[in-house]
Amino acid sequence: MIGCFGRRYDMLDNIHFVLLVSRQGKVRLTKWYSPYAQKERSKVIRELSGVILNRGPKLCNFVEWRGYKVVYKRYASLYFCMCIDQEDNELEVLEIIHHYVEILDRYFGSVCELDLIFNFHKAYYILDELLIAGELQESSKKTVARIISAQDQLVEVAKEEASSISNIIAQATK
Amino acid sequence: MSSSSTSIMDNLFQRSLEDLIKGFRLQLLGESNFISRALEEIRREIKVTDLSTKSTALHKLSYLAALHGVDMSWAAFHAVEVVSSPRFQHKRIGYEAITQSFHEQTSVLLLITNQVRKDLNSANEYEVSLALECLSRIGTHDLARDLTPEVFTLLGSSKAFVKKKAIGVVLRVFEKYPDAVKVCFKRLVENLESSDPQILSAVVGVFCELATRDPGSCLPLAPELYKVLVDSRNNWVLIKVLKIFAKLASVEPRLGKKVAEPICEHMRRTVAKSLVFECVRTVVSSLSDHEAAVKLAVAKIREFLVEDDPNLKYLGLNALSIVAPKHLWAVLENKEAVVKALSDEDPNVKLEALHLLMSMVNEDNVSEISRILMNYALKSDPFFCNEIIFSVLSACSRNAYEIIVDFDWYVSLLGEMARIPHCQRGEEIEHQLIDIGMRVRDARPQLVRVSWALLIDPALLGNLFLHPILSAAAWISGEYVEFCKNPYETVEVLLQPRTGLLPPSIRAVYIHSAFKVLIFCLRSYFSAEESTLSFSAQEFSSASSSMNAFTYESILNLVNVIELGLVPLSGTHDVEVQERTKNVLGFIGMIKQDLAEKLNLQDSETEVFRVTAFMEDVFSEELGPVSATAQDKVCVPGGLELKENLGDLEEICGEFLKPVDSVSYTDKISFSVSKLRIRDQQEASSSSSPPHEASSLLAEHRKRHGMYYLPSQKDDPDSNGTPNDYPLANELANEISPDPFNPKKKPNQSKQRPVVVKLEEGDESRNPPQAKSNIETVNDDESLSRAIQSALLVKNKGKEKDKSETNPNSGQQEKEESSRIEDHQNSEKKKKKKKKKNGERSSKHKSRGRNEVASASEQVIIPDYLL
Repeated sequence: MIGCFGRRYDMLDNIHFVLLVSRQGKVRLTKWYSPYAQKERSKVIRELSGVILNRGPKLCNFVEWRGYKVVYKRYASLYFCMCIDQEDNELEVLEIIHHYVEILDRYFGSVCELDLIFNFHKAYYILDELLIAGELQESSKKTVARIISAQDQLVEVAKEEASSISNIIAQATK
Repeated sequence: MSSSSTSIMDNLFQRSLEDLIKGFRLQLLGESNFISRALEEIRREIKVTDLSTKSTALHKLSYLAALHGVDMSWAAFHAVEVVSSPRFQHKRIGYEAITQSFHEQTSVLLLITNQVRKDLNSANEYEVSLALECLSRIGTHDLARDLTPEVFTLLGSSKAFVKKKAIGVVLRVFEKYPDAVKVCFKRLVENLESSDPQILSAVVGVFCELATRDPGSCLPLAPELYKVLVDSRNNWVLIKVLKIFAKLASVEPRLGKKVAEPICEHMRRTVAKSLVFECVRTVVSSLSDHEAAVKLAVAKIREFLVEDDPNLKYLGLNALSIVAPKHLWAVLENKEAVVKALSDEDPNVKLEALHLLMSMVNEDNVSEISRILMNYALKSDPFFCNEIIFSVLSACSRNAYEIIVDFDWYVSLLGEMARIPHCQRGEEIEHQLIDIGMRVRDARPQLVRVSWALLIDPALLGNLFLHPILSAAAWISGEYVEFCKNPYETVEVLLQPRTGLLPPSIRAVYIHSAFKVLIFCLRSYFSAEESTLSFSAQEFSSASSSMNAFTYESILNLVNVIELGLVPLSGTHDVEVQERTKNVLGFIGMIKQDLAEKLNLQDSETEVFRVTAFMEDVFSEELGPVSATAQDKVCVPGGLELKENLGDLEEICGEFLKPVDSVSYTDKISFSVSKLRIRDQQEASSSSSPPHEASSLLAEHRKRHGMYYLPSQKDDPDSNGTPNDYPLANELANEISPDPFNPKKKPNQSKQRPVVVKLEEGDESRNPPQAKSNIETVNDDESLSRAIQSALLVKNKGKEKDKSETNPNSGQQEKEESSRIEDHQNSEKKKKKKKKKNGERSSKHKSRGRNEVASASEQVIIPDYLL
């Protein structure tokens, strides 16, 4: 069965998954580095948002959950959560979260929840540049920003080409 | 034409992801309706040949899958199609969908190998990155095998962007296809010397994971890693390196000595809490023998504990609990902070503090700590309250109450626990009350007192969780009635009408206890009479002073009270209660006439005297604790088939097993009750003939299912001469060894620790031995470790041509190797040795292969594994 909670399978990844949940319990982003089946994903989200959203503001940012640890931090109305193993460094993960938020902030220009709602995929791409296989791969904010904008450009150029009317017509009459 | 025109329409009027998201926020249909509409639309759009329409549809689907849990596995093939698009933005959407939804069993996975290969070879670094990203998530054995050459090439890429991603992927490739190690390992290791912090970070991350799985296989890289540890100032990298060394030091203790100093250096230098914490954790978990390092780490922990930041407080406590088993002083030093944390807002912090407090409990401070904790339990929420109670119970009962000196105090504490409003640990308290009764003779008077207080407390009867405690209290009052101040009141309490609130099984215990009290009173009365007549010394005269108080009237009164209390119960539906009641009433019936008729009961010929004496005998045998290993001592008799499939057993025994479930006994009680019942049966059989019906049924059953019976001649319980050394529970109790007085005891202790009955070896909690080594636990990853080991061999061979021997399995060949190394050493440079003079054993085993590297990194001592 895919996505069993067995540890061995999950061991390779430093971060097992990333969740962004709003204060109202709405999911804003999910990224799974360890295999979880779709059903389990929903269950995990439900379970965790229940635990995390109910925690008071002055409590520590770690939650023990099913033998793992979930590190979370609230920024404005959004909770950023990452799931790690027991022996991983919680403070490091907090820094990764902060790092991600700073990059988002830089990219969107003082990011807010709406930015992430409407640019859901951008938030994804940025996360992909930050983490690979659940490991931090890029700690320089500048580099991430540069890479993302380069890719954006690539898409823009292609889009302009593709969406020009002449192109569409050419395609249709092909 | 028609198809292309719909395509145009689709393309022009297709809703983009943005439209979908906006629509979602404005929709009035209800979420699930909106989603199913959108899905319908997507299903239509995704079938269109135009890739941009298809990819937009796929994009929307990924969105719905990620945030709304929609199944997207049906679109797997479409994702493959989109990936094959030449356009970057399509590819990106396609790869994203694939990483999100594919898994090992996805059938179309086979179709993407070529596309991924093509993209890995692409000139566009962003396309390469997409393919790598994808491989890192969904790489299977086949994919890893087929794409190893490409990954190898990318590992040498001149673009850091690509290279670091390739390194990130390598881990997945290794895991799925260990042979890739042979190909890629060398390049991977070379990157340890990279000057680019990103590359270094990535490669250290890989080794960190590899070391987690099998520390032994990464040991040969210690010199390179050491260099990183000393030189790097990048905290991300350092944290990973520290993790690696924590693992390596656990398999190679000599390494600890070497890395302790640099780690301390980082601890003193850095301001980054995450790095400090990693250093602390490394020291307390893997370098706990290095006094100075531990001292520094504990100092840092203390800093964490006094911080206001709840995170640091939590982590500080966490680190303390790691250090506690080996360095208890560290906890004691911070006791105040720990106790303070008990009242923290955060349940995590509270729990951690509780565990820590329990770890420092010893016989001197147990009462103090318990006192503190009981106070906290009183004001805590139910969950934490029970956590506290449970911790106290398990710490105090550990190893047959090792840390308890004053059992009177402990028994009172157990009684107090029952009165904590949230207490739900009734069963454990019940168990301990009875266990102490059986093991600690000196505690019995206090036990009876505490039980009495529990039994008369009307509040407890209404609390479901406390019923087991009451059951224990009732049992104790009956079993140890000789310590009872006022048996008459005990009987009244045991038979009070409110006991109707108890479940029948516990009620039965109450009734049986009342029976025991009655027998005791009668017996005391008779023996008192006797002694006044014959003036002979009676064993009973010493047992209790209260027995002299029995007069003919009080006995008569007692019998009446019991009869009055029990008569209404003789009609209950519960068989157990009914049977107990009938037993007592039957007994009363036997003696009542005699009691009423004869004022002078000392005549030993009377019925009442004989019956009482008989019952006295029945109850007099003391129940002892049963060794946890008692069952193990029973040899398996020859001819007993244990391996045979017993699947049909249920069918055979189904009818017999069913009723058992309905009577729910707690273990201890049922043990004693059933034992007594055996005696009752014996009693019964002495007067009447054994029931023929039952034996014939049994015989029939034996005939039908003979294979499940033991050979009949050994089966006979009455033949004492059987060679089986099958110890009976009470026989075991006879070979008990009294607990030797603890030599550590303080002279000023006012009370001596009473004897605690301990059964030889078997009595300790039988924890299975801990898994000894990591090496054993990582068997699953053996292929990967072996691959790494052999890869390292190849690498080292490359460095040194003169090596011909190989070293496949480090563990076993250690000895052999060190001797080889010693031979070799003679011919090797010896100046090395002079440099380190602090008597490290390992300097002898200096490995020649590492010399150059080692000297570069300040003579790391590297284990014999290195060639």
